Amino acid sequence: MADAHAHTDHSGASHGSVGSYLTGFVISVLLTVAAFGIVMAHSFSPSGTIAAIAILAAVQVVVHLVFFLHMNTSSEQRWNVMAFAFTVLTVFVLVVGTLFIMHDTSINMMSR
Amino acid sequence: MLGKLSWSDIPIDVPILVGTFAGAAIAGLAVLGLITYYGKWGYLWKEWFTSVDHKRLGVMYIVLALVALFRGFADAIMMRSQLALAYAGNPGYLPPHHYDQIFSAHGTIMIFFMAMAFMTGLMNVIVPLQIGARDVAFPFLNSLSFWMTTISFVLINVSLFIGEFSQCGWLAYPPLSEQQFSPGVGVDYYIWAVQLSGVGTLLTGVNFFTTIVKMRAPGMTFMKMPVFTWTIFCTSVLIMLSFPILTVALGLLGLDRYLGMHFFTNDGGGNQMLYLSVIWGWGHPEVYILVLPAFGAFSEITQTFSRKPLFGYNTMVYATCSIMVLSMVVWLHHFFTMGAGANVNTFFGIMTMIIAIPTGVKIFNWLFTMYKGRVEFHATMYWVIGFMITFTIGGMTGVMLAIPAADFVLHNSLFVIAHFHNVIIGGVYFGYVAAMNFWFPKAFGFKLNEAWGKRAFWLWFVGFYFAFMPLYVLGFEGMTRRMNHYDNPEWYPWLLVAEAGAVMIALGIVCQLTQLYVSIRDRNLAENRDLTGDPWNARTLEWSTSSPPPFYNFAVVPAVHDLDAFAHDKEAGIDTRAAGSNYQPIHMPKNTAAGFFVGMFSLILGFAAVWWIWWLAAVGLIGVIATVIARSSNNDVDYYVPASEVARIENEHTRNLLAAQAAE
Repeated sequence: MADAHAHTDHSGASHGSVGSYLTGFVISVLLTVAAFGIVMAHSFSPSGTIAAIAILAAVQVVVHLVFFLHMNTSSEQRWNVMAFAFTVLTVFVLVVGTLFIMHDTSINMMSR
Repeated sequence: MLGKLSWSDIPIDVPILVGTFAGAAIAGLAVLGLITYYGKWGYLWKEWFTSVDHKRLGVMYIVLALVALFRGFADAIMMRSQLALAYAGNPGYLPPHHYDQIFSAHGTIMIFFMAMAFMTGLMNVIVPLQIGARDVAFPFLNSLSFWMTTISFVLINVSLFIGEFSQCGWLAYPPLSEQQFSPGVGVDYYIWAVQLSGVGTLLTGVNFFTTIVKMRAPGMTFMKMPVFTWTIFCTSVLIMLSFPILTVALGLLGLDRYLGMHFFTNDGGGNQMLYLSVIWGWGHPEVYILVLPAFGAFSEITQTFSRKPLFGYNTMVYATCSIMVLSMVVWLHHFFTMGAGANVNTFFGIMTMIIAIPTGVKIFNWLFTMYKGRVEFHATMYWVIGFMITFTIGGMTGVMLAIPAADFVLHNSLFVIAHFHNVIIGGVYFGYVAAMNFWFPKAFGFKLNEAWGKRAFWLWFVGFYFAFMPLYVLGFEGMTRRMNHYDNPEWYPWLLVAEAGAVMIALGIVCQLTQLYVSIRDRNLAENRDLTGDPWNARTLEWSTSSPPPFYNFAVVPAVHDLDAFAHDKEAGIDTRAAGSNYQPIHMPKNTAAGFFVGMFSLILGFAAVWWIWWLAAVGLIGVIATVIARSSNNDVDYYVPASEVARIENEHTRNLLAAQAAE
């Protein structure tokens, strides 16, 4: 870990650099401020607000993965990316599945 | 000062609990006294409690699982006895308040602390050996996981004597589990115990996924990996994906209870139906987390005792992976009757039926492995064959329940209870016991007694059918689950038969304990000792090292040339142990007490949070954080075993082996 820019350990995992952590931090703060700003300024309709902060949250997740957890497409990171892809698939299945179930149930049971 | 806790929370008015407490206190003091008498505290602390050795942790996990089995089974036979008595006006001996705690504790303990701990113990003992690794990827996290699981089990048992346990069933469905309907501390005990053990389980999943991906011996590609390791790999993936869902579900329920939020309440915009969807998003994968390792163990045992390679290794791997993916898309079948429309129910019904296909493939693979093999009817094989019969019946009733129209008749009836015990006892439990019989000599260096193993099997096997087949009938006769008393004369005889079955299972457990006692007593007899490290003439790498393995597992990391690496080496005449070669220094982790302390502080945190003793909760939380920071700042965590020490241990083993062979 002598080189200041390419921090990797013996198994090839990157440890990032001060610059990448700072970049990630600044982007994260901006995204968080934007989310708070949208809610506090009432600049969108209620459903528009929900959609906007959901999108900002998803972008925030990607920022964290790239800058703080050092995910990239290099061969050493292949397993991380594959695990991540399976996670995305599963989250998709669960979220869409839950929406599918709960929407249908709401209509049938008139719970909304 | 003490939050909600007061003297009136100690249930001295319940004779059963006072008796249990007296029994537990006497037994506990006896154990502590014996340890003190023999002066073993230092040994236990240095060699076991602070150990990061995966084999030791695995053994401790299995001991924990057996204790949990004892507690969970005591609950089970109390429920059966209550229902054998509480008929036609007789209230039985368990009032509803107590009975409801018992069935909630039975389910929670059997799943989280018996089955999960047993499974984690097995994978700890076997997986690193099977892939030719010297330890897991994160040995300290492994110790931490163990202590988190252990203290959660302690927390659940504390609820017996201080306060009460949840009365809401093993998944604590709201709105019943909300503050409005369960104002006591029972649900809080449940939430904290499951959440803290969930930390341990999640870390185990991460640990074993990393271990299997990164630490396989050179040459062991994925398609040369033993089937047991494959199943642990898929189980680890499922743990990583599904346990966060459980954490979120119980976290939201906790926010409802502690901070007055309205996620699942009746009013204030809450929706309790969402809890069902979320909790089963974890709950169904959990079923496969438990059963996949059992499938892996059956594969290893069947091929070893049929004296031929596993039939259809590739299809076995693909079936395991298909189950892994499909298990994430079937969760609605636990609540078909909730009110979703035909589209939703049909989709999940069909997905559930589809998941039976890869499972069926596995059954046929095991049958074809036995076909034309030289099957040796070892006690371990009894459990395997008993599993194949029992699990197939359980699988078929599962497919019946997957038909939404049939489920509307059977939902919440004893038919469901019979079904899931059929697959969990017949699949998971039989599998873990078979695995314990199979791998016991590897962990301890001597074999388990076979005669007592067979007796235990027959009592469990016959007892299971007596205990649970009547429940199918009772389900059709309309008896619902979690019933405290009844007055239907048609049910009474069936419940007596079920009680008889529970007694047989109790005798089966007695036989298992006797088996352990007899085996330990006779451990030095020549026919019981395992000097070669390969007592069954098995096929995979864990049998290539000595039994019990040295703490570094392999003096020389084995090179893998083929599937079933050890069988290949034996046929090719390769000396897998590389005895007498030039040994290299071995890099090993140092023992640490950090996992133990994080666990103890978490126990304080959990207990204090249950009783709203906030200053004590702060002490626990700060203790956890401080211990983690201290551990992270410690750079003195590893060392090298000198080559001369490795040579000494290996040569001593070789000498013992030659002496024993000469004596024969």
